[in-house]
Amino acid sequence: MFKIKSELKKAEVPMRDAYCNTLMQMAEKDERIVALDADLISSSGMKPFFAKFPERAIQCGIAEANMIGIAAGLSLTGKVPFAHSFGPFASRRVCDQIFISAAYANLNIRILGSDPGVTAAYNGGTHMPFEDMGVLRSIPGITLIEPCDPVAVADIVSQLSDVYGVYYMRMARKSSIAVYEPGSTFEIGKGNLLRNGTDVTIIASGIMVAESLKAAAALEADGVSARVVDLFTWKPIDTELIVDCAEKTGAIVTAENHNIFGGLGSAVAEAVTQNCPVPMEFVGVTDRFGQVGTEDFLRAEYGLTAENVAAAAKRAIERK
Amino acid sequence: MERSIRARELTAFAEEIRVETLKTLGYAGFGHIGGAMSIVEVVAALYGEFMRIDPSRPDWPDRDKLVLSKGHAGPTLYAVLALKGYFPRMMLRELNVGGGHLPSHVDRNKTPGIDMTAGSLGQGISAAIGIAMGDRMSGRDSRTYVIVGDGELDEGQNWEGFMFAYAHKIDNLVCFVDKNLQQLDGYTKDVLDTGDIAAKLKAFGWYTQEIDGHDMGAIIKAIKSANSTKGVPSAIVLDTKKGHGCTFAEGVLSNHHMNFTPEQMEEAMKAANERLEAARRALAE
Ligand SMILES: Cc1ncc(C[n+]2csc(CCOP(=O)(O)OP(=O)(O)O)c2C)c(N)n1
Repeated sequence: MFKIKSELKKAEVPMRDAYCNTLMQMAEKDERIVALDADLISSSGMKPFFAKFPERAIQCGIAEANMIGIAAGLSLTGKVPFAHSFGPFASRRVCDQIFISAAYANLNIRILGSDPGVTAAYNGGTHMPFEDMGVLRSIPGITLIEPCDPVAVADIVSQLSDVYGVYYMRMARKSSIAVYEPGSTFEIGKGNLLRNGTDVTIIASGIMVAESLKAAAALEADGVSARVVDLFTWKPIDTELIVDCAEKTGAIVTAENHNIFGGLGSAVAEAVTQNCPVPMEFVGVTDRFGQVGTEDFLRAEYGLTAENVAAAAKRAIERK
Repeated sequence: MERSIRARELTAFAEEIRVETLKTLGYAGFGHIGGAMSIVEVVAALYGEFMRIDPSRPDWPDRDKLVLSKGHAGPTLYAVLALKGYFPRMMLRELNVGGGHLPSHVDRNKTPGIDMTAGSLGQGISAAIGIAMGDRMSGRDSRTYVIVGDGELDEGQNWEGFMFAYAHKIDNLVCFVDKNLQQLDGYTKDVLDTGDIAAKLKAFGWYTQEIDGHDMGAIIKAIKSANSTKGVPSAIVLDTKKGHGCTFAEGVLSNHHMNFTPEQMEEAMKAANERLEAARRALAE
């Protein structure tokens, strides 16, 4: 069960603190939890974990492929490894290790890729993954998650000790908008219907959830009633909810901080076209590389704004 | 220390680069200051003496090339490229500005004079080998230089490259290892102990020298020696200090990426300008 904030404001806790605190609580109770990092503890916010559980914290250095392989091996001995690097280096750079050593070998690992898309800001194009989820989505059985705020991070991560398989989560390290009230709970594989509406559905994850809520409010002022769904699990996808949205609202917009080719929109479109075809519009990065800039500059540059989402919603409705 | 006139000139050039690098980082107010400072001297020797370049023709095929594999040290390269006239010095204000020409990590498509894109650590060595091989195949006598970080050597791809370059006798290539003993999370020996890097490179068959990376005389001598070596690739391990010559960064453990105040930068600029003046006085002596 979840409850959303009545007003959208900056979260008090950075996402990475929620991540580290949750993992520490889990590690207290569960001996199997192991953390791995690739010379980015200072960035991932995992310093407290590394200080508290030195025997269960592995500094791998700048060697991400090796780290993923080690995580896979650790899981073979019953450990539950959580490995971190920046998004691109935790996904595309280690794709074959995730594929072979973890997924194909049917092992049990968790990967955190930090600073998805434009949240990589000043680190620029080499560090700005618009493709991480897309690259990984064709790995059979993998679970892909993008939470939107620290409440979601804490609840979702706390569920990752007893599940089995390969889990990849992308998450901004620093500030986010607080979308959920504390105590909200999340079911991996199920989307959250944040706002009801009848004319169109906006399906989003990560930073685009707050933008979509803003868009829905703006649409309401224009007499358009929009549903908003937080689809924090990209895979396995919540087909049931997507089909319901298509049936009830007759038009769908997806909004993602990712390339629209192979991203959330593509995944939703697969569910829509096979079950209940309705007009769709895609808000996201249109097959471009990242670059340096402030997050605000980049959001505007790639069109990841509430205005764009609202405009796309109107286009989708017109096409009904 | 007895130093040749050329070494003294290049030392002054290095200090000029240091001042411009600090100024560039100062415009942004933050950045990868530690690793930018430690490569100033080698970059000065390359662009001031050894590299065959023509700033008016950044894509001249016969030029020598540099791959800055530790691409986060871009500001140092931007400073030297501006000083050599690849682009106006005013452009240094664009460091990390959205839509500008100077991203945090070097990008060959954005900045005139940047030969190769980098930023995902560990990939530069292979690109450098490819460039060196391509020039060799084309019958060009161009040389390729690559600068890697000591932390960066954690990436296995470097070692694939080291094996390959030896096996293929890539002798128009020089790899500099910026051994500043620190990486992002702290000291390299604590993060992932590299052991004796020079000994490892030697074991991989490379002609390897280890020198004081802030001593211009030693740098000149080592590059000359590397460039006259035939049949094997050359490595020069530079013993450096991360943050060298920047008052608020040198000797600081967390000097990889720093935010600094205008006052801190002012003080650092003052000290760097004094270093420059001292180097210029030494020239006149
Ligand atoms: C593949 C990859 N992993 C992680 C990073 C993040 N990162 C940037 S610089 C750095 C440390 C580099 O250390 P070193 O090579 O010693 O460089 P220096 O100390 O000279 O700056 C890290 C981990 C990266 N850029 N690329």
